[in-house]
Amino acid sequence: MNAKQRDRVATVVIDLIVAAVVGILLFLLVYILSAGLPHVSWQFLTGASDPMSGAGGIGVQLFNSFYLLVLTMLISLPISLGAGIYLAEYAKDNWRTSLIRSAIEVLSSLPSVVVGLFGFLLFVVKFKMGFSVISGAIALTFFNLPLLTRNIEESLSAVSRSQREAGLSLGLSKWKTEIGIILPVALPGIVTGVVLSAGRVFGEAAALIYTAGQSAPVTNFSDWNPMDPASPLNPLRPAETLAVHIWKINTEGMASNAAQLSAAASAILILAVLLFNLGARLLGNFLYRRVTASK
Amino acid sequence: MLKQYSFEETAVQSFDAQTTLALKTEDLQVFYGANHAMHDANLGFPKNQITALIGASGSGKSTYLRSLNRMNDGIATVTGKIWYHGVNINEPNVNIYEIRKHIGMVFQRPNPFSKSIRENIVYALKANGVKSKADLDERVEKSLRGAALWDEVKDTLDKSALSLSGGQQQRLCIARSIAMAPDVLLLDEPCSALDPISTVKVEETLLELQKQYTIIIVTHNMQQAARVSSQCAFFHLGHVMEYTPTGTMFSNPQIPVTQDYIAGSFG
Ligand SMILES: Nc1ncnc2c1ncn2[C@@H]1O[C@H](COP(=O)(O)OP(=O)(O)O)[C@@H](O)[C@H]1O
Ligand SMILES: [Mg+2]
Repeated sequence: MNAKQRDRVATVVIDLIVAAVVGILLFLLVYILSAGLPHVSWQFLTGASDPMSGAGGIGVQLFNSFYLLVLTMLISLPISLGAGIYLAEYAKDNWRTSLIRSAIEVLSSLPSVVVGLFGFLLFVVKFKMGFSVISGAIALTFFNLPLLTRNIEESLSAVSRSQREAGLSLGLSKWKTEIGIILPVALPGIVTGVVLSAGRVFGEAAALIYTAGQSAPVTNFSDWNPMDPASPLNPLRPAETLAVHIWKINTEGMASNAAQLSAAASAILILAVLLFNLGARLLGNFLYRRVTASK
Repeated sequence: MLKQYSFEETAVQSFDAQTTLALKTEDLQVFYGANHAMHDANLGFPKNQITALIGASGSGKSTYLRSLNRMNDGIATVTGKIWYHGVNINEPNVNIYEIRKHIGMVFQRPNPFSKSIRENIVYALKANGVKSKADLDERVEKSLRGAALWDEVKDTLDKSALSLSGGQQQRLCIARSIAMAPDVLLLDEPCSALDPISTVKVEETLLELQKQYTIIIVTHNMQQAARVSSQCAFFHLGHVMEYTPTGTMFSNPQIPVTQDYIAGSFG
């Protein structure tokens, strides 16, 4: 075989592998959506579910998923932004920095069940926060921090050194240069990373089963005072999310139409994650055009 | 094979008391770790003149230039004195941010911010407390005129600076620097990434700017040094070998190493 033939064979093999990956993905998508979407109705999307059987709608679960996502991001974004800026810009190349990096590495490879059990023991039991939105949000933060931090650090480091020099040479402080000049350039990449990680958080179940809990008490959607026990915004109420709901229907659901319920809920979950991915792309591009003032 | 020249045999001018110097270095040394990249640089820069720093690649021109506005902080160790308005600015307690506003810098590759043309100029001004829209607009126009860019961009100030040509970007970087109202302007091979026509524009700009600013320009293009500068310093392997008026440097170099360099034997 000469070089040209080898090249052709290699190309065909790679094409086949790619086709297989795309094929599997498409098959899964089509299968899940076609199995689930026929059972989706407005009633299903907004209705409450029966606490025992799991039958009924997913309205509360859907709200819980989004609320938990927002809370998680509110906690993890500032922390990872600080950590990312520190690692990209201020950290010296020494043993302390490599220790931090290894810690992040380890944290990102922790199985989510372990994160969940840790959250259960520490926050739910020890700190007496109970099965609650806030316990779940903190557990998800652990899960989310390493990804976000790395994404932010990489996005910042990808911005050319010459931009930093330009800022410094104008008498701007390092901080001002980082926030006003480097961050806007890195923003599209950061936002893309945030939205993608939002997709992951949205679909997470294992870390939430023992932290945010497995029940979705009926909430009063006209009461927006976070202090009221029945308010959807109350961070101390248990909050079963969509992903946990799917898990529960499948393991202990006693509804007669459990299979259809779980198919429909899965379709919605997949759709939401797809929307996050699409949103990440659009938002990233939009922001890039905005900050660079290119039309 | 590169000839060995004695570092003892140098011809470095100093200026009499009549000449006002905008900046002066005394025994400036620069170390990158163990690499001693600049030895005993003793140079004075006359006010409102253009001084060119020439020499082969790797001779330490950028190293020297970047030390002057403390851009080597955190990268290299710089010892010796840098006199600016009677103050040695190579002291740890000097406010480097303040220094850099007075001693501006333009880099080899045009590096405008990924912002609009206007924002490129006003960003640092706003950070320094210039608030009024009228003030900012005036500074934008004045500095763009100073950099001979105004006529080309006055209608597109809100377009991305990245949409400009390389030469325009470099003049924007010059405008961005002079908007801070510095009195010394350092330029590190500002034309090396530009085409000949843009180069001419930048050179004309510099000749105009020397009325207001003291300019130090690194170039390894000897014609450029001859065209724009009044004083010229020749660097070789981390040593300043010769420093004379530019005319003398090119017509009558004093020492062998400069003679060979000017004649094109190396570099
Ligand atoms: N950031 C740096 N770190 C370490 N060494 C450097 C750095 N910049 C320059 N040097 C070294 O300093 C010497 C002079 O380089 P430079 O000042 O860039 O020369 P020139 O600008 O005249 O081409 C070279 O030996 C180069 O390797
Ligand atoms: Mg250089």
